[in-house]
Amino acid sequence: MEVPNDLLYTREHEWVRVKDNKATIGITDFAQDQLGDVVFVEQPKPGTELTRDATFGVVESVKTVSDLFAPISGKVSAVNTELEAKPELVNQSPYSDGWIIEMEIGNSKDLDELLTAEAYSAFIKEQGQD
Amino acid sequence: MSNAPQTPTAAQGIVIEEPLLFELGSPGRKGYSLSQSPHPGTEINHLLPPDEIREEIEGMPELSELDVVRHFTRLSQWNFSVDANFYPLGSCTMKYNPKLNEDMVRLSGFAEHHPHTPETKSQGSLQLMFELQEFLKEISGMDHVTLQPAAGAQGEMTGILLIHAYLLSKGNPRKKILMPDSAHGTNPASSALCGYHVVQIPSNDQGLIDPAQIDRLMDEDTAAIMLTNPNTLGMFEQDILKITEIVHKRGGLVYGDGANLNALMGITRIGDMGIDLLHFNLHKTFSTPHGGGGPGAGPVGAKKIFEPFLPTPVIEKFEGGFRINRDRPQSIGKVKNFFGNFGMLVRAYTYIRSLGPGGIRRISEMAVLNANYIKAELKDHFHLPYPGPSLHEVVFNDREQLKSDVKTTDIAKTLIDFGYHPPTIYFPLIVKGALMIEPTESESKETLDQFIATMKTIAGLARSEPGEFARRPLKSKVSRPDEAAAARKPKLRWTTS
Repeated sequence: MEVPNDLLYTREHEWVRVKDNKATIGITDFAQDQLGDVVFVEQPKPGTELTRDATFGVVESVKTVSDLFAPISGKVSAVNTELEAKPELVNQSPYSDGWIIEMEIGNSKDLDELLTAEAYSAFIKEQGQD
Repeated sequence: MSNAPQTPTAAQGIVIEEPLLFELGSPGRKGYSLSQSPHPGTEINHLLPPDEIREEIEGMPELSELDVVRHFTRLSQWNFSVDANFYPLGSCTMKYNPKLNEDMVRLSGFAEHHPHTPETKSQGSLQLMFELQEFLKEISGMDHVTLQPAAGAQGEMTGILLIHAYLLSKGNPRKKILMPDSAHGTNPASSALCGYHVVQIPSNDQGLIDPAQIDRLMDEDTAAIMLTNPNTLGMFEQDILKITEIVHKRGGLVYGDGANLNALMGITRIGDMGIDLLHFNLHKTFSTPHGGGGPGAGPVGAKKIFEPFLPTPVIEKFEGGFRINRDRPQSIGKVKNFFGNFGMLVRAYTYIRSLGPGGIRRISEMAVLNANYIKAELKDHFHLPYPGPSLHEVVFNDREQLKSDVKTTDIAKTLIDFGYHPPTIYFPLIVKGALMIEPTESESKETLDQFIATMKTIAGLARSEPGEFARRPLKSKVSRPDEAAAARKPKLRWTTS
């Protein structure tokens, strides 16, 4: 399972790519594999203010429906409109073309709460043993 | 039987390719004959108002009665039914429906009884409904029952509306409802539909609700907890008395999802566990038909405090017989026209009367025994994520088979090749790769032994020939429909082009 080193992660299986004051967010390779073929991604409108842990969208696959949780607080600055027509990008390219939203980082302290690639790898290993 | 059980396999008989209705027939063919028009020579658009005339009629099927009958009969032969084969989906989708139920509901006094018939001419139907309510009260330990809701989920909605009405009458309807993470998906949906905010309770490592979590989350803004006992893992909530006590002490109420009542009847009563409201899935527990969308029936049992708020009308007994009381000023109103799906009520009544109290208890005993037999026989072949004691169903997962890249969905599809309908998969959500097996009380030991032998064969194939699994089923009419494409690019309308 791919877990790129340059990203931060959550226990809800989302990744965060930080660049300046922006954070791009998507779901991990592990998450897309568990969900199976993604058929629909519900996204917030740009401009929506999110608080950490609030649900901001939904990923629906042929198997199940799963909420998306804001990994940090802040304002949604962009959403990946490609996913409307091509939800399969989440499966094909979870860390790149399958990104879901971009946020302005409201409070950089939130980033300290996120997992490193190493910690997330250990977390999914533990999960796999259920 | 002393012989080792044979592993059955699906074999193809004559299964005929079937075109769409639109592709059949011939211009001018029809399956009806109308009498001579009283206005010979007058065009139809001079006889009917313009908005009744469809302009574009091209492409409508033109078929004889026999064309239509054969079309649907052939399609039905592609189907799988509990009358022909074993369904380890259990009561969740279909348990066997005794034919006596069907005989009774076709009695002309029931089948032809119009719901507007005056009370005095409806005494038999009213008596049946009243007595069914009494039976359900006795089985559940509830004080009142309404038969109106048309399905389990509508029963849930009715229950939440009753909670809201009761708490409102006390001054504050509150805002939140607690929900275990193992809940049926309809529970949070029903709560949200009634305007409540859903708060999820994590299950403990044994798959049960931890009373400490309830103690932590139950506050003065919380209206109720919604739980299923036994839960969706088939496990009895052992701390149910502690849980209901905490909720009640802080002014909350307890809603019980009756989906798994099959496990408890005649042994213990939901009402004695501090549960205030409960819906009965007549189509699960009491063997009325469902699948294909209903009609269902989801009566709700309620404790005394909810009596003024029950859906209107209610059926009452008095010295002269039975009557319909519509004078219910505090009622939440009607939740279904007339008296609910009456045909389902006749079938459930028949089931209860034909089995009697001893038979009702035996349903639960056999449902639990059958599930535990499968669990004991398969536990060395499939992983049990929650190995504690379970009742009428057992949840395995694909942990062992994943070692050779065979997933739950592949196991399910492979069962089709052996002549079985797959069980519930990927639910409950707290189990990764869940494979939930519920045999129900109706199946014989021979059937269970055959199924067990098949599951062991599949576990063996997952080790010896894992590469084959992605292509299975190989013997069904349709192998693997492209579920992702169907959801991503659905074709919702047939067109000639």
